[in-house]
Amino acid sequence: DPVQVLDEAKDGVSSVKVSDHEILSGSVDGRVRRYDLRAGQLYSDYIGSPITSVCFSKDGQCALAASLDSTLRLLDKETGELLGEYTGHRSTAYRLDCVLSEQDTHVGSASEDGSVYFWDLVEGSLALSLAVGRGVVQSLAFHPTLPCLLAATEGHVQLWREESFQPQGDPGP
Amino acid sequence: VQEMDSASSKDFCTFLIYLSVGERIKKPVPLQEQTVKDAKGRYQRFHGAFTGGFSAGYFNTVGTKEGWTPSAFVSSRQKRADRTVLGPEDFMDEEDLSEFGIAPKDITTTDDFASKAKDRIKEKARQIAGVVAAIPGTTAFDDLIGPSKITVGVELLRKMGWKEGQGIGPRVKRKPRRQKPDPAVKIYGCALPPGLSEGSEDEEDEYQPENVTFAPKDVMPVDLTPKENVHGLGYKGLDPSQALFGVSGREHLNLFMGGSEDTSNLLGDLRHSKGRKLGITGQAFGVGALEEEDDDIYATETLSKYDTVLKDEEPGDGLYGWTAPKQYKSKKRSEREVKYIGKILDGFSLASKSSTPSKIYPPPDLPRNYRPVHYFRPVIAAGNENYRLQKALEESTGKLESDTAQQSRHALNASQRRERLGETGLKGPAPSVLEYLSEKDRERLKEVKQASEQQMKAKILPQQSRNSRFQPASSHDASHKWQMLLGGQLANAGSSDFKPFARNPEKQKRYESFVKSLKQGEKDTLEHYLDPSMTEWERGREQEEFFRAAMFYKSSNSTLSSRFTRAKYEDDVDKVEVPRDQENDIDDKETAVKMKMFGKLTRDKFEWHPEKLLCKRFNVPDPYPDSSIVGLPKVKRDKYSVFNFLTLPEPTTSVTQATNEKVQQNSKPKKPSRWDMSDKEKEKKDSISEFISLARSKADVQQQPPVPATEECGTGPSETLPTEVSLQWCLNLKGNSCKPSQP
Repeated sequence: DPVQVLDEAKDGVSSVKVSDHEILSGSVDGRVRRYDLRAGQLYSDYIGSPITSVCFSKDGQCALAASLDSTLRLLDKETGELLGEYTGHRSTAYRLDCVLSEQDTHVGSASEDGSVYFWDLVEGSLALSLAVGRGVVQSLAFHPTLPCLLAATEGHVQLWREESFQPQGDPGP
Repeated sequence: VQEMDSASSKDFCTFLIYLSVGERIKKPVPLQEQTVKDAKGRYQRFHGAFTGGFSAGYFNTVGTKEGWTPSAFVSSRQKRADRTVLGPEDFMDEEDLSEFGIAPKDITTTDDFASKAKDRIKEKARQIAGVVAAIPGTTAFDDLIGPSKITVGVELLRKMGWKEGQGIGPRVKRKPRRQKPDPAVKIYGCALPPGLSEGSEDEEDEYQPENVTFAPKDVMPVDLTPKENVHGLGYKGLDPSQALFGVSGREHLNLFMGGSEDTSNLLGDLRHSKGRKLGITGQAFGVGALEEEDDDIYATETLSKYDTVLKDEEPGDGLYGWTAPKQYKSKKRSEREVKYIGKILDGFSLASKSSTPSKIYPPPDLPRNYRPVHYFRPVIAAGNENYRLQKALEESTGKLESDTAQQSRHALNASQRRERLGETGLKGPAPSVLEYLSEKDRERLKEVKQASEQQMKAKILPQQSRNSRFQPASSHDASHKWQMLLGGQLANAGSSDFKPFARNPEKQKRYESFVKSLKQGEKDTLEHYLDPSMTEWERGREQEEFFRAAMFYKSSNSTLSSRFTRAKYEDDVDKVEVPRDQENDIDDKETAVKMKMFGKLTRDKFEWHPEKLLCKRFNVPDPYPDSSIVGLPKVKRDKYSVFNFLTLPEPTTSVTQATNEKVQQNSKPKKPSRWDMSDKEKEKKDSISEFISLARSKADVQQQPPVPATEECGTGPSETLPTEVSLQWCLNLKGNSCKPSQP
C-alpha cells in the first residue's frame, strides 16, 4: 500500500526524482512539480510542453526538465526561473532521459537520432554529441561521482568513459 | 350477467344452477316425499331394481280394480267359444309384456318404416309442402302410402335368390362336415381310425340329396368396439336369477365347458338339474326324496327355454368368416396338454408359446435382530445444553442424528464443491465492488480510512487533556470511546445528506461545523462551535449527541462504504470540493513561457501536507504535525459559482515590468519578491491598476496558504478576511518587503 498518493498531476507522470527532502515529478501536462516535505509546499512550474524527464542538479539548486519540444530547460529550484535552455537534439515522440554530469558541468540528453548530446551547462553550447546507435537512444544514466555514462539503445547498453580512462583489474577468474 | 356467465363458464366452474330466463327455482322435495313409486302408485321396495316377477294382478290379488276379467266367454248351446290356440302370451299380463318382463313387446318401427337420417330432410320438405301446397293437408296422405325403403342392392340380391340370413358368394356344394385338421398343427397320439370318420361321413351323406348347393354362410359383422368398461375380459356379471333363485330353472353353469357354446346349450336346456348336492339353497327345502319339487314360483322364465332347435352342429368354427384365433374343439383338446383350465374367452385362444415367466425376486434377507417396528428417534441438534443427552443418544444409536459433516452432495454450493475437489476457480465477475475500482481509487479509499483513523488516534491525546477541563468527568470516557469508535468513517460523516438535527437548524449548523472541523484536523472542535448560551451540561450533552450522530452515520454506512468510494465531486450538492488552491490560468503562463519569463509567472505554489509516514521515511520533520490532511487541502466551494472558473487576469503591465526585471537579474538568480513588483506597479497610481492590483492581491492572498496557527510568526491571524490583509498591505506600501508567505 502506498504511503501517500500525489495525484495533483492532470496527466501522466513521466519522471520522478527524489532528493533528501523533495520529490520532483515531471508530468505530461507540462508541469514540473516539486513537493518539499520539509516546508510542506508544492511548487508547480509550468513548462508548456509535455515533460519527458526531470532531474536534480548535484548542488540542489536547479532542476533540469526535458520536454517534447526538443528543449531542455534548467530551472531555478527556489524561484522557478529559467536558467538555461538547451536545444539541438531531437525529442518529439519518445520519453527520453536527460542527465547532469557528476560535477554539474554539462547537461546531457538522449535523442531520437541515435546520439547523445552534451551541452555546457553555463554557456549552453553543444559540447559533445556521441553517436551511440542508429535508433532512438532512450535511457541515460550518469555516474554520481565519476565521469561515466550508461546509454541504452536498441537492446544494447553502452558504458562510456572518458578517453583517458584505463580499465583496471582483470575481469576475474 | 348471462354473457359473463357464458364467457366465464369455460374457465371457471360454478356451483350455481344456471337458470334459463323465466325459470324459477323449484322448491326442494321434502324427504318424506322422496319415494319411488311405480306406475300403479305402489311403493317400490327395491326402487325398480326388482323388476319382473310375479305380482299377480292388482296388488297381488286380481287383475284389475274391478276384478279379473276373463276373456270373452261365450258358452251356450248355439254358440261356442272359438277354439283359440293359446299361446304363452295369453297368460302374461302387462307386466310381463313390459320392458322388464319376460316377453317384452315394444312397439318399434321396423326397418321399412323407420326413418333414416337422410329422410329427415324429405320429411321436412313434405311438411312444408303440405302447408304450402295448393290443397293443404292432401300431402299428409302421401306419408301413409310410401314406398317401402328397400335399398337397391337388397332388391337385386333378392331377385337373384338371396334370402336374409344367407351369405353372399358362390354356392357351396355341400356343407363341409368336418374340417380337416390343420396340417401345421401336430397331433400327438394316435389318429382316429380313418374308417370311422369316413364311414360317418358317408353315412350322413346318404341322407342328403346330391347336387344340392347351399348358400354360403353370412358374414357376421365383426364387432370392433373397444372395451370401455372396467371389468375384466369375459366378465358377465352376476346373473340375478342364478344368484337368487338357486339351482333349478336355470342353465347350469359349467366352468369346465369347452368348445363352442352351441354344444353345451343343446345339453344344457334339456338337462334337468335334479337333486342338489347342497342343502339349503334358497328353495323351499323339505322336499321329499321321492317327490319332485315344485317349480320355483319366483324363477324367471325366459323364452329361450321354449326355443330349441334340432339341428346339426353347424360345421365350421362359427366365426362366420372372421379371422380369429381358432377355438379348439373338444376332441382336439383331449389330445393336448391342458395348460389352462378354464373357459377360454370369446375370440381368444390358447397361445402356442408360453410367455416367459416374470422374474420373481426373493425378498431380502432380514438381519437377525430386525424388528419390523419403527421407533422414531428424537432429533437432537448438537448443542451445549443437551450435551449429556446427546452423548447418550450417540452411544445408543452409534451416531448423531444431525451430522453436519455428512451432507448430501446437493447441500453444497459450487464454491464448496470446488474446494473439495481441489479445482481452481473460474474467474467470474468480481464479488466486491472494490475490485472494480482502479488501483488508484482503492489506494485512495484506504488512505482516507487510514488518515481518519490516524487522526482519531492522534486526537485522543490532546482531546483527553482538553476534555478533562471542559467536560464533566463522567463523559470523559464516553467521548474517548466515541472517538475511538468513530474511526475511519468520519470522512463520510460530514456528508450533507445526513442531517440528524434537521429540525434545529442552528444545531445542525453546529453539528456540521463540528464534523467539518474534525475532518480538517483542527484542534478546537467543539468548544468553538458550541452555543455559548447553553450551559456546560447542555454543551456536554450536545457533544455527545454529535458524537453519536457521527457514529450512527458510520454504523449505517459502514458496510456500504467499504464497497463504494466517495465521488470526487458530490453531484447532489450545491457545493463542490475543490482543491483550495487552484493552478492558475494557463494562457498567461503560455505567454510567459513563450517569452521565456519563467519564474513567478509560471510558478504556482501550494500548501501541501506530506503524509506523516512519508516524513519519517525521508527523515524530515513534519511541517504540519497537527494536520490531519494529506496532500492539498480541499475546501468546499459552490458548485456553480463563477469563482471556480474565474481566474483573475494578470495585468499586462506587470509582465512588461517583469521583463525589465528579468533582464537585470539574468545572471544572478535572485528571489524577486512579490511585493517588489507590486510596489513598482503602485507607483503608477492608476486607479484602474490600483483596483487591479488590489484584486490581484486578493487572489494572491487567497492563493497563499493560511499558515496554521502554530507556525504563524505573527504577521497576522490566518483566518482573517482578505480585505483586512489588503488593508494591511496598503499600509505597507513602500519598501516594506514583508513576506507573509513562509517557505
